[in-house]
Amino acid sequence: MTGAAPSLSLNVRQQRKDFLLDVAFEAGSGITALVGPSGSGKTTILNIIAGTLRPDAGRVVVSGRVLTDVAQRIFVPCHRRRVGFVFQDAQLFPHLTVEQNIKFGRWFRSAQADGPAVDVVTRELGIGGLLNRRPATLSGGEKQRVALARALLSSPQILLMDEPLSGVDDARRNEIMGLIEHVRDEFRVPIVYVTHSRNEVQRLASRVVRLEAGRVASVGSAADLPGDDALKPRSDFAST
Amino acid sequence: MLGFSQDEWTAIFLSLRVATVATIFAVPFAVLAAYALARWKFPGKIMLDSFLHLPLVMPPVVTGYLLLLTFGKQGVAGKFLYDYFGLSFSFRWTGAALACGVMGFPLMLRAIRLSFDSIDRRLETAAGTLGASRTWTFFLVTLPLALPGIIVGAILCFAKALGEFGATITFVSNIPGETQTIPSAIYTYTQVPGGEGQALRLTLVSIGIAMAALVASEVLNRRVQKQIAVFE
Repeated sequence: MTGAAPSLSLNVRQQRKDFLLDVAFEAGSGITALVGPSGSGKTTILNIIAGTLRPDAGRVVVSGRVLTDVAQRIFVPCHRRRVGFVFQDAQLFPHLTVEQNIKFGRWFRSAQADGPAVDVVTRELGIGGLLNRRPATLSGGEKQRVALARALLSSPQILLMDEPLSGVDDARRNEIMGLIEHVRDEFRVPIVYVTHSRNEVQRLASRVVRLEAGRVASVGSAADLPGDDALKPRSDFAST
Repeated sequence: MLGFSQDEWTAIFLSLRVATVATIFAVPFAVLAAYALARWKFPGKIMLDSFLHLPLVMPPVVTGYLLLLTFGKQGVAGKFLYDYFGLSFSFRWTGAALACGVMGFPLMLRAIRLSFDSIDRRLETAAGTLGASRTWTFFLVTLPLALPGIIVGAILCFAKALGEFGATITFVSNIPGETQTIPSAIYTYTQVPGGEGQALRLTLVSIGIAMAALVASEVLNRRVQKQIAVFE
């Protein structure tokens, strides 16, 4: 750990096939929601923070640690970034049990004592009874809880969540949102949360970055979100 | 035993030895080549892909002759391997194994590559974000998930090696006890008067081994699929 306050500072440019991504924003601890129509650059931003994509220009700094600085030729590889990533469809390793999945990050970061304990995370996310199961036997909600546990146990300095509730049924959605709130309050890492759901933004996010065609259209709180029409240029910002 | 003559047993055991060694040595090369073709971008990729598949479409005799030119005692590679490692392929069972490995290679390569292609790349990204380097990701995620394809590819290569004839006989001839595998022995028996019975017996053995290999492949594949449950 750098000892710096949990934060994200991002200022990047990246030429994509159909648009130029040119964004800059800051985020502290708590959840920063990234919203905007499909193709506005949300997932590209997550990939740039995670280090699976090199921007053409710019910097990414997490809690005082420079992860990318194109001008200085700094590019920390993905596996050394300490970035937790929760994917839309969980992406659990199908050949491993739940226990092996959540301990995967520990195999590489066991020396770091600043991460949460395995039993604490399994208890708090309610996955103690799933440890011997394989991902194929889990429901959508269970998969996302395991994915969240797996990301947390890798001792991340920042957590990226790409529409984590889109594959979860309505009945389980509230429950998982409660767990995400708990993670937000308990683990104190910046969380960048991509979603199309107004409900999730209003309940979880302290800050909302709205993107349009690769640019930041507005930064504010959930209460500042414009009406549905302004949020749905391609009718994909559903108010679920 | 079972009515087989000593020569027939020799041909059967030699075939099994040649096919096993050919498969074992081809697997790591096929995994590496399949991974490179599935994941990496590099100049000449199409040429390499075509080159590696050549034995599948070229006449086996041509492959055998090229092996003779390259790995024979006077060939560039053959001379180097003999001078520095004492490895000799000419008219030896090791040459038969090399010919069988080369002929079975494209089949194995295709099966393994399909397997790599079908793996969701985001699983590898997930491993990276959890701290796994590319090497660890390969061994802990990619390779286990490609295992069904590797098993299928290895069995195909083994079956192909058992039946290989043209390249083998061109490269290392047909020497009983050294390079005479089941197909070469069958060919020999069909050329001599009264050899039909022996040819038929070896044909049945050949069918039996090939069937056993394919059944074993299917059983293993199902077991692995069950473990991995890739297709959720």
